[in-house]
Amino acid sequence: MAKYKTHLLVCGGTGCRASLSDTIVDKLKQEIDANHLTDEVQVVMTGCFGFCEKGPIVKIMPDNTFYTQVKPEDAKLIIQEHIIKGRKVERLLYKDPVREEFVSDSKDMQFYQKQVRIALRNCGFIDPENLDEAIARDAYMALGKILTEMTPERAIKEIKDSGLRGRGGGGFPTGLKWEITRKSEADQKYIVCNADEGDPGAFMDRSILEGDPHTVLEAMAIAGYCIGASKGLIYVRAEYPLAIHRLKIAIKQAREFGLLGNNIFGTDFSFDVEMRYGAGAFVCGEETALIHSMEGERGEPTLKPPFPSVKGYLGKPTSVNNVETFANIPPIILKGAQWFASIGTEKSKGTKVFALAGKINNVGLIEVPMGTTLREVIYEIGGGIKNGKKFKAVQTGGPSGGCLTEKHLDVPIDYDNLVGAGSMMGSGGMIVLDEDDCMVSMAKFFLDFTVEESCGKCAPCRIGNKRLNELLERITKGEGTMDDLTRLRNMSHVIKDTSLCGLGQSSPNPVLSTLDNFWNEYLDHVQEHKCTAGVCKDLMTYFIVEDNCVGCTACARACPVGAITGERKQVHFINPSVCIKCGACMDRCKFDAVIIK
Amino acid sequence: MSRIKVKLKEKDVLKLKEICKEFNNEPGELINVLHRSQEHFGYLPAEIQEVVAQELNISLAKVYGVVTFYSFFTMVPKGKHPISICTGTACYVRGAENVLHEFKKQLKIEVGQTTGDGKFSLSCLRCVGACGLAPVVMIGEKTYGRVSPDGVADILKEYAE
Amino acid sequence: MEKIKVKIDNHTLEVEKGTSILNAAKAAGIYIPTLCHMEMKDIGIDHKPGGCRICSVEVSGRRNLAPACATETADGMEVNTHSMRVINARRTIMEFILSDHPKDCLICPKSGDCDLQNMAIKLGIRQIPGQEFAAMSTYKTDESPSIIRDLDKCIMCRRCETMCNDLQTVGALSAFNRGFMSAVGPAFQMDIEDSPCTFCGQCVAVCPTGALTEHDHTRDVINALANPKKTVIVQTAPAVRAALGEEFGMPAGTLVTGQMVTALRELGFHYIFDTDFAADLTIMEEGTEFLDRLTKFLNGDKEVKMPILTSCCPAWVNFFEHNFPEMKDIPSTARSPQQMFGSIAKTYFADKINVKREDLVVVSIMPCLAKKYEAQRDEFKVNGNPDVDIVLSTRELARLIKQANLNLANLPESDFDHPLGESTGAAVIFGVTGGVIEAATRTAYEIYTGKSLPRISFDQLRGFEGIRAASVDLNGFELKIGIAHGLGNARKLLEDIKAGRSEFHAIEIMSCPGGCIGGGGQPLHHNNTDILKARIQAIYSEDDKKVIRKSHENPYIIKLYEEFLGKPLSHKSHELLHTNYFDRSSKIEIS
Ligand SMILES: Cc1cc2nc3c(=O)[nH]c(=O)nc-3n(C[C@H](O)[C@H](O)[C@H](O)COP(=O)(O)O)c2cc1C
Ligand code: SF4
Ligand code: SF4
Ligand code: SF4
Ligand code: SF4
Ligand code: SF4
Ligand code: SF4
Ligand code: SF4
Ligand code: FES
Ligand code: FES
Ligand code: FES
Repeated sequence: MAKYKTHLLVCGGTGCRASLSDTIVDKLKQEIDANHLTDEVQVVMTGCFGFCEKGPIVKIMPDNTFYTQVKPEDAKLIIQEHIIKGRKVERLLYKDPVREEFVSDSKDMQFYQKQVRIALRNCGFIDPENLDEAIARDAYMALGKILTEMTPERAIKEIKDSGLRGRGGGGFPTGLKWEITRKSEADQKYIVCNADEGDPGAFMDRSILEGDPHTVLEAMAIAGYCIGASKGLIYVRAEYPLAIHRLKIAIKQAREFGLLGNNIFGTDFSFDVEMRYGAGAFVCGEETALIHSMEGERGEPTLKPPFPSVKGYLGKPTSVNNVETFANIPPIILKGAQWFASIGTEKSKGTKVFALAGKINNVGLIEVPMGTTLREVIYEIGGGIKNGKKFKAVQTGGPSGGCLTEKHLDVPIDYDNLVGAGSMMGSGGMIVLDEDDCMVSMAKFFLDFTVEESCGKCAPCRIGNKRLNELLERITKGEGTMDDLTRLRNMSHVIKDTSLCGLGQSSPNPVLSTLDNFWNEYLDHVQEHKCTAGVCKDLMTYFIVEDNCVGCTACARACPVGAITGERKQVHFINPSVCIKCGACMDRCKFDAVIIK
Repeated sequence: MSRIKVKLKEKDVLKLKEICKEFNNEPGELINVLHRSQEHFGYLPAEIQEVVAQELNISLAKVYGVVTFYSFFTMVPKGKHPISICTGTACYVRGAENVLHEFKKQLKIEVGQTTGDGKFSLSCLRCVGACGLAPVVMIGEKTYGRVSPDGVADILKEYAE
Repeated sequence: MEKIKVKIDNHTLEVEKGTSILNAAKAAGIYIPTLCHMEMKDIGIDHKPGGCRICSVEVSGRRNLAPACATETADGMEVNTHSMRVINARRTIMEFILSDHPKDCLICPKSGDCDLQNMAIKLGIRQIPGQEFAAMSTYKTDESPSIIRDLDKCIMCRRCETMCNDLQTVGALSAFNRGFMSAVGPAFQMDIEDSPCTFCGQCVAVCPTGALTEHDHTRDVINALANPKKTVIVQTAPAVRAALGEEFGMPAGTLVTGQMVTALRELGFHYIFDTDFAADLTIMEEGTEFLDRLTKFLNGDKEVKMPILTSCCPAWVNFFEHNFPEMKDIPSTARSPQQMFGSIAKTYFADKINVKREDLVVVSIMPCLAKKYEAQRDEFKVNGNPDVDIVLSTRELARLIKQANLNLANLPESDFDHPLGESTGAAVIFGVTGGVIEAATRTAYEIYTGKSLPRISFDQLRGFEGIRAASVDLNGFELKIGIAHGLGNARKLLEDIKAGRSEFHAIEIMSCPGGCIGGGGQPLHHNNTDILKARIQAIYSEDDKKVIRKSHENPYIIKLYEEFLGKPLSHKSHELLHTNYFDRSSKIEIS
């Protein structure tokens, strides 16, 4: 790639592709052809840049120009202006919302300034379908290093010393897991990459697989060497077609180059990787369920012990590791445990990738050192709350996590602090909520999810979560009682205390954490029959404010059920017993006369 | 034991056998086989499950147990344009419920159903990894971002013949 | 074995490493309630899915509660089996389970012997908070001739699945759906009758609730007995007498033959007969068929198939018709004793007492649910009239006796009626695994060698292992015999035959663990295999007590051949006592 002077990196992440980034690539190539620049300028489709909110992204190297919300028709302009005339297209640059200035170099963007990219180091920099580009950025160097310079024990020690903990949610020390698996004796062992990522609102594993598949393959081979396995399996969600596509290409390339297969780097170490597909069951992210699913069974968890590291896939010792965990391995091997351990907090080392979403300005994928505070993440990287609304809470850990509030904003994020604050790291979903979000509904939303995803094997989760959900439903309808609130708490504790697997053991967390942090909101629903956020339909009445109504009749025409009466130019009136609370009148009224009470 | 009358054509049975063969008729490959079969036939009706069970030498009850466990597998044919609404957290907090409601209203079907003309089917999924565009809707392979209830009619219009 | 120290409540004890908390507690005399767990080591079952969580206990140092059934003890472990945290959890879980369970106890067939009901009583559940708005998971009810499935009562303990798939290898059942709507049943939630189910009833035998029960036919018997136009006769299978007493509080292994006969007489049956008579008849037919085949085989006849397999267990017949249709000409063609009895009753006996076939009602009392199905097979009907009209399980008979206010324990003993009530010790051991082949050997030996047996019991054929092999010296010829109980074990022997690996000349197969004494219609053993063993002992003791212990010496059998059948394998025998089998495997038919 050395001969090109300029590289146009176009985001090929799911978000940007959904906004036609592949057409942008085609258009850019056409323009380059038309201007006879094919020898100088190269277009590369990369993985996600992380800044999905403002996608599609086109980044120009070497000058780090960061164009956002590019449309296919902008291709001509970019080539004409930027490439040929050397002038940046200001309109497409990112505009800092605080300073109100265009930022031309991505290094100056606040979004990236606080980030430290280890797991995501290659995402957005390389063409994930091109092995040469990965190799140019050191892919498979770590594998070469351990195969030629390190014993498995030495390599495991390196990982242990780095302090790396599993990024799949549990936070179990990775080196220790490998050591246990190494010590379990068997004729065959397996390395499994958990790429099931079922947390609704998390997409970091997907982005790594799509943006840098070779790092995962390399790390799996390293893990295989460490535990003594010659076979690796990637269990990936069938809902991730792009990730699957790129993984398949990567596996093929690695095999062709002898980076997978027999006698890798001429050593006597052999390792190969196969793909397995999930089929839409969140619980299959749980490692024992995942193993059963790979064996062709219903994805039901089984009791631990025995742990997979002792008795896993086909009854053989198996180390199950998360995608992001793997992505951290090669840099640790190359740069050393000390380097990695110097980042982060005392008990949580390195960085963590978060999928930042919800009511926040910069939705996207970020990677920050452990110990960064929520405030930094939300206000500096995330650019604050959307539409100037008030921050209410941030939900971390997905359906197994909890809500953190204003008072937790300055807590340094790491495994233990999040648990201490009543939530958890989980896989790294981070959903920001504002004043328009009802916390009872939010708890119910997560319970809906767990009820749908419960495997049904154990009674507390199968039935208990359903009952919790029914109670929440009643509360959102204004039918809850104070007794129900007491029961919610007791049921939640029992479900946590007695469920078989992590799903049930954590499913009541959103309920408990909202009860703890937003007790008043529950009281409002139960005692006042009010949903202050205006989300619970059954608790709302649409009402026309006399003083504001000018009698334009727009609302009456919009109402699907004819609930609004009133003469032209006269104040209108909503009949609450007819109204179905669809909100159409409110949307339509230009005079803010329709309000919710 | 009554027999399931297999309503498949011979070439379909051969295709299924070929798929199973590809995976060495290993019982452990059941899920891969089902994936491939659904890819080919669009859905997994009883007779397909019967052939798979026989080929892999596993009980039919087990095949059915697996098919009904995973939400990705379906025993009813999907519409020509399957619509999936993302109801992941990011999409939910940005109003996916209302979008879903609008689709239901316009298509006059519930989640899990297919329109009478077989054109659209409606389902929900959780996070397609495009949270930046929330709320997200997928129709077939195509992703629509920042969908609002008002925009639903326009999206559907794209599929009018 | 390594020993470890544990503290459970206030008991400190030493247990073997690997012992579960549940078993350690049991050793200390502490009862921990369980629902889903099922341990029957003797037949290779250790079912602990950890699903019900009723057995939750507190283990110090552990974040959450532990399921005692599936958690191993560790050295120094301290367990509290009834802290308030535990009691609260147990009750809350029980409330959850009951909130999704019909409150049908008053009319539920399991009532009184239901593990779930007992648990509710034990835990003192008095209300189910939120029941008013609790959604219930409901499914269609499925009635087959043998089994009724009411999955609304299923608690997902998965015991049936383990029995059907692991023990029996039938694979009729699987958990389906996920979460709240999951339950266990056949593919596509089809009726069990359309599935590969053999009606062995082992799932019913272990279901802790009323989700799986026998199809109750007691009402039909009452109607028949109340009908003055009908002559109602009854036959009782050997295994019934060794278990019926349990339903009346007697210890397992109590023989109640005489009391049972009196009870049946009190109930108003016109003739009380014994299936044992037909068992003797079976030996005559099956034994002769065997000797016939064996002789041909030894003479080098290539056409003849070896080994011969017994055919008196209808679930086993269903099993090979479904799974090994290509081998359907290997088993003996002899009908089961129940059906032999029925056809002799409706011909020979009906003529004798001068009653029209249609007016004679033949009732069977069986340890078995498959027999309910068997009696309805078309091959066993004449002009639509079945040879056996109604089949009751041991449990149903107990119900009938209780309805008549009879206390079995207080009844005097009495004898079966003649002629179809006379039997030998060889017949009674049909009720246990190995019994049929032992009975056949007693007769075959004497006929083949022309000598009388030096010792009547063949101890080498007895036992509880799933597959057993023995050989008997027949005048220098070594007869090799195989025995399997449980269909999973039967499958292994069949695979051997199929692969040409089998050395046996004769094989006995019984579908239920322990043979018919462990049948699906017997009093519930609540996973205690000691009960099965006690029943086996009872059966052997009845054999020992019998004066005549060889089928060919039964005087009424001799008379039956003289008066009616001629000789074994005669034309008449073939017509009335033999059958043929069908290919009932599922096939892919191309349209
Ligand atoms: C309900 C449930 C869902 C899970 N989903 C995932 C997942 O999607 N991806 C993942 O890597 N780990 C998931 N886990 C955690 C895994 O069980 C396991 O701990 C992890 O894959 C180990 O890898 P790590 O040590 O690298 O984190 C889940 C756990 C539970 C209980
Ligand atoms: S906790 Fe839920 S998901 Fe986990 S085993 Fe129990 S029912 Fe299944
Ligand atoms: S909310 Fe909807 S139904 Fe109610 S008055 Fe407004 S438009 Fe009519
Ligand atoms: S199954 Fe048991 S608890 Fe349920 S209705 Fe029947 S007797 Fe009652
Ligand atoms: S126990 Fe209660 S419900 Fe049952 S019959 Fe007696 S009074 Fe009625
Ligand atoms: S009766 Fe026997 S074969 Fe039928 S479902 Fe039950 S265990 Fe399986
Ligand atoms: S049917 Fe009975 S044995 Fe089977 S899972 Fe349900 S409750 Fe358990
Ligand atoms: S072993 Fe006996 S009880 Fe069991 S199915 Fe066979 S005949 Fe019936
Ligand atoms: S998908 Fe393009 S920046 Fe994330
Ligand atoms: S939650 Fe909808 S795309 Fe992620
Ligand atoms: S008896 Fe232990 S979990 Fe059911």
